[in-house]
Amino acid sequence: MVLSCSVCDVIVLPFICIFKARRCIRALKAVRAEHVAPQVYSTRWSSSTVPRITTHYTVYPRDKDPRWEGMEMERFADEADVVIVGGGPAGLSAAIRLKQLANQHEKELRVCVVEKASQIGAHTLSGACLEPTALNELIPDWKERGAPLNTPVTEDKFAILTEKYRIPVPILPGLPMNNHGNYLVRLGHFVRWLGEQAEELGVELYPGYAAAEVLFHEDGSVKGIATNDVGIGKDGSPKDVFERGMELHAKVTLFGEGCHGHLAKQLYKQFNLRENCEPQTYAIGLKELWVIDEKKWRPGRTEHSVGWPLNRNTYGGSFLYHLNEGEPLVALGFVVGLDYTNPYLSPFREFQRWKHHPSIMSTLEGGNRIAYGARALNEGGFQSIPKLTFPGGMLIGCSPGFMNVPKIKGTHTAMKSGMLAAETAFSKITDENLQSETAGLYIPEYKEALEKSWIWKELYAVRNIRPSFHNYFGLYGGMLYTGIFYWFLRGKEPWTLKHNGLDSAQLKPAKDCAPIEYPKPDGKISFDLLSSVALSGTNHEHDQPPHLTLKDDSVPVAQNLAIYDGPEQRFCPAGVYEYVPLETGDGMRLQINAQNCVHCKTCDIKDPSQNINWVVPEGSGGPAYNGM
Amino acid sequence: MSARVLVGVKRVIDYAVKIRVKPDRTGVVTDGVKHSMNPFCEIAVEEAVKLKEKKLVKEVVAVSCGPQQVQETIRTALAMGADRGIHVEVSGKDYETLGPLQVSKIFAALAKKEQADLIILGKQAIDDDCNQTGQMTAALLDWPQGTFASEVTLEADKLKVVREIDGGLETIKINLPAVVTADLRLNTPRYATLPNIMKAKKKKITNVKPADLGVDVSSRLEVLKVEKLKEAGRI
Repeated sequence: MVLSCSVCDVIVLPFICIFKARRCIRALKAVRAEHVAPQVYSTRWSSSTVPRITTHYTVYPRDKDPRWEGMEMERFADEADVVIVGGGPAGLSAAIRLKQLANQHEKELRVCVVEKASQIGAHTLSGACLEPTALNELIPDWKERGAPLNTPVTEDKFAILTEKYRIPVPILPGLPMNNHGNYLVRLGHFVRWLGEQAEELGVELYPGYAAAEVLFHEDGSVKGIATNDVGIGKDGSPKDVFERGMELHAKVTLFGEGCHGHLAKQLYKQFNLRENCEPQTYAIGLKELWVIDEKKWRPGRTEHSVGWPLNRNTYGGSFLYHLNEGEPLVALGFVVGLDYTNPYLSPFREFQRWKHHPSIMSTLEGGNRIAYGARALNEGGFQSIPKLTFPGGMLIGCSPGFMNVPKIKGTHTAMKSGMLAAETAFSKITDENLQSETAGLYIPEYKEALEKSWIWKELYAVRNIRPSFHNYFGLYGGMLYTGIFYWFLRGKEPWTLKHNGLDSAQLKPAKDCAPIEYPKPDGKISFDLLSSVALSGTNHEHDQPPHLTLKDDSVPVAQNLAIYDGPEQRFCPAGVYEYVPLETGDGMRLQINAQNCVHCKTCDIKDPSQNINWVVPEGSGGPAYNGM
Repeated sequence: MSARVLVGVKRVIDYAVKIRVKPDRTGVVTDGVKHSMNPFCEIAVEEAVKLKEKKLVKEVVAVSCGPQQVQETIRTALAMGADRGIHVEVSGKDYETLGPLQVSKIFAALAKKEQADLIILGKQAIDDDCNQTGQMTAALLDWPQGTFASEVTLEADKLKVVREIDGGLETIKINLPAVVTADLRLNTPRYATLPNIMKAKKKKITNVKPADLGVDVSSRLEVLKVEKLKEAGRI
């Protein structure tokens, strides 16, 4: 029996109500309060008590927790030659390359890929305009094998938007955003195809299993990873179905978690990988797929814009790609640099507002939105590349960050980095005379290979474009710089500009900033947050500890809300964070709707108190993107 | 006990995914959409595996009807503890029109072929909400049925089933062989953990065609159109 909830228009199953609508949440708050385990309050230096939000074992270790006494914590372990964390373009390219080399040299190699999404490609989100350079190297006969590169770029348009007008900017050949020879793809489908190629070659793919912990040998080198435990209740106690994750040991582990990976965050600290590079800077990208009126459809048309609705000092812009996949499909989205200073800025609402620009509305009118999603992306470029190898492991793809920012393309460099990691790892693993100092292999040859490759040249050439925006004229200063220095010198200028520091440190206090008046969504072109989140298909097992963990539960109200008016309620593209009044009436508390999370990582990046630590939830939770 | 249990598992669109009707109104979009095992089928598999762990049955066989992709669903059942799987190959147009009548005929044929003593199914699938397969299978086999089971106990060669009905709970005792359909509160399914998924790769899945079982999967129903529900409150 399936009923349709009349309040929030979501399917209500007898045992599961997807609490997506705010009205549902308020109505059911009384019910939920009963089901929550006895509220644990922690007293801090202030006189008020703070309701317990975080119950995850990374903040409250289980060996000190009486509820875990006597639980069997042994894990099943298995050995592979290479374990790859993350089944995205980098991870799968590395896996494919390893197996290609193994077959070529007639060697046996066990390659395992663990991926937190329920199926390969379900957590992949990107514009995307793919440069096929790396793919041509990896699988030259990709066309015969049916790679879903169906839309070559036919038209390339760039413009500066004002509130009413559109000022076209010519794209001269040589400028980074020239897209001749590239393909518009649905990256999720491309990643799925890569997964099929990998399986054909004998790679063991394990979607639905998240790598939750890095394992170390006694000498400190990386031994492998452990997958997530399952069956832990919302209050942090073990349920009947509790089972430990599994350990996968490897000679070398490749970490390809994508932008701002949670294991990479630990590895940076553990091996001090960021001591000689600038901190990474980020942007958030929000995307929708629309089926539009056939008369407006121009397959192969690539449009980018800057300017309205962002002011000249907020980095960001839009993309709109006409795909050629049978039906008149358009992929469009908005990117906002996470170094924005106004805590009242909401990237989601900027995106919705941008769609109302006359030039965009004319494309979307009469169309239907069919998908929504969001993900953080790297903006640091060359200056922010950390140390990439450490004993037992290597970082590949967007995790360390090889994105070419002005081109807004990172897939080709991610794939190439995976391939180079595979090649260097393969030589090391199959070297019979190898005398390794550490139990986990240390492969500095990877960094050397990267430095000799086209990735390095490409990233070096565009290194000054993004930082050139940090001037009084903002966007216009940056475009001027690009036009003069990049177009003439192609990055050969001898200086390297610096970034502004951590994105989380850029917010100004709320009292110094003006709230932004966003228009109400009209339900036809622009939409509200909760109906958008429903379209991402995201879901998590509700009875598990929230995976958005807080180091200190009192900080959100004491600092984020007090000083910055709670920016997390605005920058989260999935409505995870809400400040709601306390049951007692005086004051607010932070409510974390972890089920809504789309794994974009923006909160971990932008939290001004750096109190939020995103950890991986139970595997197969998260968005269910289809070809995003 | 040398009993053999047949468990049906259906691959359906995941419950959290927003459904989209195909532009030609002949059905819903399934290509690339996240699928998972029907939640009631998970409960059925869990019950069968629990019976095996109590040593009341000897073998649990997971069965699914559909194209190549249903093998993933069978593997999940194997990872939960089923011993082997049977994949009944139905694809293309036949799969689009496959309904409870054809599936129950397939199950009846398999039950005879495998000499099953018990069939456990989910009470209904969350995509079609038919709630018919279990009942039809029992009728075709002329076996007793315990549907909407919230508790199942094996007592000698009889099955005590507590059923969830509108007025409350009904307890019945039925002879084996029988068909049971699982309701929500029967149990909490275990997770298919990674070591078990790896072990499941070594378990056997046999492929069978409906024709081999003597079953005709053509449908007597014709779908005229599929439409999205109009929003509440609008005319």
